[in-house]
Amino acid sequence: MSSKVYKTAAEALEGLTFDGMVVMAGGFGLCGIPENLIAALRDSGAQSITAISNNAGVDGFGLGLLLETRQIKKMVSSYVGENKEFERQFLAGELDLEFNPQGTLAERIRAGGAGIPGFYTKTGVGTVIADGKPTMDFDGEEYIMETGLKADVALVKAWRGDTQGNLQFKKTARNFNPMMATAGKVTVVEVDELVEVGSFDPNYIHTPGIYVQRIIEAKCEKRIEQLTVRERVS
Amino acid sequence: MSWSRDDMAKRAAQELKDGFYVNLGIGIPTLVANHIPDGVDVTLQSENGMLGMGPFPYADEVDADLINAGKQTITELRRSSYFNSADSFAMIRGGHIDISILGAMEISQGGDIANWMIPGKMVKGMGGAMDLVAGVKRCVAVMDHTNRAGASKFLPECTLPLTGRNCIDMVITDLGVFSRGEGETRFRVTELAPGVEMDEVKAKTEADLVWG
Repeated sequence: MSSKVYKTAAEALEGLTFDGMVVMAGGFGLCGIPENLIAALRDSGAQSITAISNNAGVDGFGLGLLLETRQIKKMVSSYVGENKEFERQFLAGELDLEFNPQGTLAERIRAGGAGIPGFYTKTGVGTVIADGKPTMDFDGEEYIMETGLKADVALVKAWRGDTQGNLQFKKTARNFNPMMATAGKVTVVEVDELVEVGSFDPNYIHTPGIYVQRIIEAKCEKRIEQLTVRERVS
Repeated sequence: MSWSRDDMAKRAAQELKDGFYVNLGIGIPTLVANHIPDGVDVTLQSENGMLGMGPFPYADEVDADLINAGKQTITELRRSSYFNSADSFAMIRGGHIDISILGAMEISQGGDIANWMIPGKMVKGMGGAMDLVAGVKRCVAVMDHTNRAGASKFLPECTLPLTGRNCIDMVITDLGVFSRGEGETRFRVTELAPGVEMDEVKAKTEADLVWG
């Protein structure tokens, strides 16, 4: 019987990586990033990667790892402000960058996974984002066309998953992960906790296992970018 | 005596109405949460996937899986819900959020806003700003009236790359409040900060406004 369960991140990526591949990686900032799979992608040695991810990690962590080793040729993101190595490579012309408004990025990935090749949105009308894109009027208002996005491999982080690939996400670590799971030709997931099939109430599954081809359980560091706390008043 | 950053946030908070779903940007808009008027109950949206944003956690409550759009650790409330980024921006782009309060680098007299990029300097990206100004029902911009060199940031046309066109309904600066109603193309001066005279505002504004 075939199994979706793999032991390590490296094994889970075996046979999937190649030069010039398009990869999606979930996460918002460092929250909900598939950190073990990203490290394994670096170790695979794949070059000239196009990475679709809301952010670019930070120096030395998350996608920052693949920037350090120059394995990324192009980033498709909405905000990349936290990464000095990114800035250096971009200003030196060593890295391509395609900015997408965050909602447009999310919708492009959702559309790609749902078999929708394009859609119209008001976001970006009258800005540089609209340059070169077809427009259409609906009820007297101008909209721009955006296209769906797909990836050769989608790297996803979930909270809990079962052996069939049914997933649950935790709090704001959900972010881009569920859409990316739908948009990968192959979707590889790392979870904090891998459980037997049947452990979840089917009412509370966020991503059904049909979207998941490979799954591993892996410990995450879960680095915090902006630790903010309040004082207890006694 | 013009308004301080906190005064501007306090004035912006007066725009919140009971029952509103609200998105607050980074910077001065974040301070608005400290000034929500008594008797006004609002739900704060965080575009990374949460409605019902709670306060910062106590040190023993910190959860790396619970952050706001500024990547700060936060907490949940009894009313909170979590959702993915596509659902989050469906709320924003679909016109379900009542008000967005956001910072600005420049505003034009036609309600254009620039707040995401300074050419030649590092480009960080627009994040969710273009979606917010295009989709939220009402957009209030909060900014200093002039830049450090004393030049007006309220202009005939923005000089920086736009975040959105004809989308700002109210501008709150350290000098006062400038607003336009539904269907109005020009902003009028609707309030002056204490001690600020109209002549000072005129001298520091390049945009063509309806005065008085």
